[in-house]
Amino acid sequence: MSDESQLARSLVSEIESVTARIGRTVRLMEVCGTHTVELRKQGIQSLLPRRVTLVSGPGCPVCVTPSGYIDNAMQLVSEGRAQVATFGDLMKVPGASGRTLSSLAGTGRVRLVYSPRELVEIARGSGLPVVFLAVGFETTVPTIVSALLEARDRGVDNLFLYTAFKTVPPALRFLLSNPEHGIDGFLLPGHVSVIIGADAYAFLERAGGRPGVITGFEGLDMLLGILGLLRQIERGESSVQNAYPRAVRAEGNPRALELIARTLETRSDTWRGLGPIPGAALGLQSWLAESDAEKEFDIPPAEDREPPGCLCSRVIAGMSTPPQCALFGTRCTPDDPVGPCMVSSEGTCSAYFRYGGAR
Amino acid sequence: MTDTGNIRLEHGSGGALSRDLVEKVIHPLFRSDSYSELLDAGPLEKGSDLLMTTDGYVVDPPFFPGGDIGRLSIFGTCNDLSVSGAKPLCISLALVIEEGFPLDDLRRALASAAEAAREAEVRIVTGDTKVVPRGKGGGLFITTTGVGRRVFSLPLTPGRAQVGDAVIVSAPIGAHGLTVLAARESLPVAAALRSDMAYLYSAVSALFPLAEKLRFMRDATRGGIASVLNEVVQSSSWGIAVEDAAFPVSDDVRTVSSLLGLNPLEIANEGVFVALVAGDATARALDILHAHPLGREAQLVGRLSADSPGKVLTTTRVGGTRIVDFPRGLLLPRIC
Repeated sequence: MSDESQLARSLVSEIESVTARIGRTVRLMEVCGTHTVELRKQGIQSLLPRRVTLVSGPGCPVCVTPSGYIDNAMQLVSEGRAQVATFGDLMKVPGASGRTLSSLAGTGRVRLVYSPRELVEIARGSGLPVVFLAVGFETTVPTIVSALLEARDRGVDNLFLYTAFKTVPPALRFLLSNPEHGIDGFLLPGHVSVIIGADAYAFLERAGGRPGVITGFEGLDMLLGILGLLRQIERGESSVQNAYPRAVRAEGNPRALELIARTLETRSDTWRGLGPIPGAALGLQSWLAESDAEKEFDIPPAEDREPPGCLCSRVIAGMSTPPQCALFGTRCTPDDPVGPCMVSSEGTCSAYFRYGGAR
Repeated sequence: MTDTGNIRLEHGSGGALSRDLVEKVIHPLFRSDSYSELLDAGPLEKGSDLLMTTDGYVVDPPFFPGGDIGRLSIFGTCNDLSVSGAKPLCISLALVIEEGFPLDDLRRALASAAEAAREAEVRIVTGDTKVVPRGKGGGLFITTTGVGRRVFSLPLTPGRAQVGDAVIVSAPIGAHGLTVLAARESLPVAAALRSDMAYLYSAVSALFPLAEKLRFMRDATRGGIASVLNEVVQSSSWGIAVEDAAFPVSDDVRTVSSLLGLNPLEIANEGVFVALVAGDATARALDILHAHPLGREAQLVGRLSADSPGKVLTTTRVGGTRIVDFPRGLLLPRIC
């Protein structure tokens, strides 16, 4: 038996004893899409006592983007007003109309990008304005904004951002403001915390808060994070613990935070399924208005409409699990998805479908 | 999934939609009593010792580290015959060339095909050439059809698999697909990768002396190991239990696939095959492979099991269990 599986076995047995002492069912929410995938990929749920339930939170950027955002982007393409550049996942998310950006690939005005660093060259080589679908959390935001600043520095003035940037801490505060949230603790995201720092979750330690453990992505990291949460729950504590210190510091990444502070301002955009959340989105500051696609192309606010029968909005809020949805695995599969939770590689439904989420 | 609408790129990815297309749209029109199974190669007529296979090659870019479309079009087809238990004899080669394709590139690809045919000791006996207008083709497409003589007398099909059979992977996985993806997208992270493309007959035929204990073989191309294992469980009455830690994966492939959010089990190979052998022949099969240059890093990755019929389950590095499904969708990188 490898060291890794031996360590895992001892963590699991410790998790079992703490859970037995807690003596009730415990619901833990993983906030980050990468955790959603890795927990299922590593089969962590299969190792946990029945009384520990993992629920997914709103941590998949594509999943929390309202369907109307896709419709707005498709309109830019079909009217020929811009070339739209996007990460792959968004290509397959149906808008409210049921159509996807990939259905417009034949126009030559939809461009798949792997890294925001490609954007400057794409814009330079395009005869049209290039609108990047700027979707992501604090992890992705700095690289996208850097690409925009680089384009402006080099006199490339046809690159625009259509921002749907979201921030994690206000969303967690919002979830806790619902008296029926039923969450006993948060596995806090490793990557996002590298940028924002452990101190950004201080609100969890105040009244009405819940324990949080910043957790890495290896199997052992996640077992350790879960054990940390259970120990706090047993003792009735709610503090923020950094179990990923090899990557996360209390103050975060100062350069990235400075870049965000210099270029972006908080907004209260709509999160898919959750509605507008105060201060949980980022848009471009007014000095960057010339690069703001919403202003340049007069894009209307993104409407949030769900496909009939799709439970994605409840899944995002941790209120439902994918198998509770009548469409899951029948009408809705990764090959023919209905909602974003099945499209995105980080979506909860996709992770359940691919790796088997239920016991 | 494939009832209405148009063909999508995912229909060609070698995963669930590819299988769906073949099973629902294509195979029903051609099925007959003598050809009821979906095999990589079939006999020229019932009971014949001559097997035929065919394959189309559309790789983009046509030249990549470790290989090119010409070499691939010979080895790929010969490998399909090899894992079906036949020694490749001859090949036909048909070209669809797009207007504007550089003549030098065509010469280079064909010289490479000729060299590969010499290495594989197969003759190219006939061919065809078509040119399509600029913008209506993908540069260069090659279709090869191969005929081989049956050397291994039993059918190498999942139907012969039994509980307790060993699942063996012949070589480190994931290199070909990642290399081509990296070359197409100019991804600098993957500069060290090379395709694993190889002619497999000598390694495959080294296992023929196992006779009845050799149950099934398949080269793990498009759709990767995950597709092969799922095809096995769907065509037999059993499940497969494997272990994540047992799969041979090079450090380069592990690093690059993790950066791109891809699973090495789902990535195409061109020099890797899966073999099912009887449980009591495991050590002998591994010894044979380890003595062969193409099988030095062969590994036992799991066994056929009576639990969870129809499913491939893997034990993760921390001891958890999860499903290994058919690959879904295209090779897309992660978003954050």
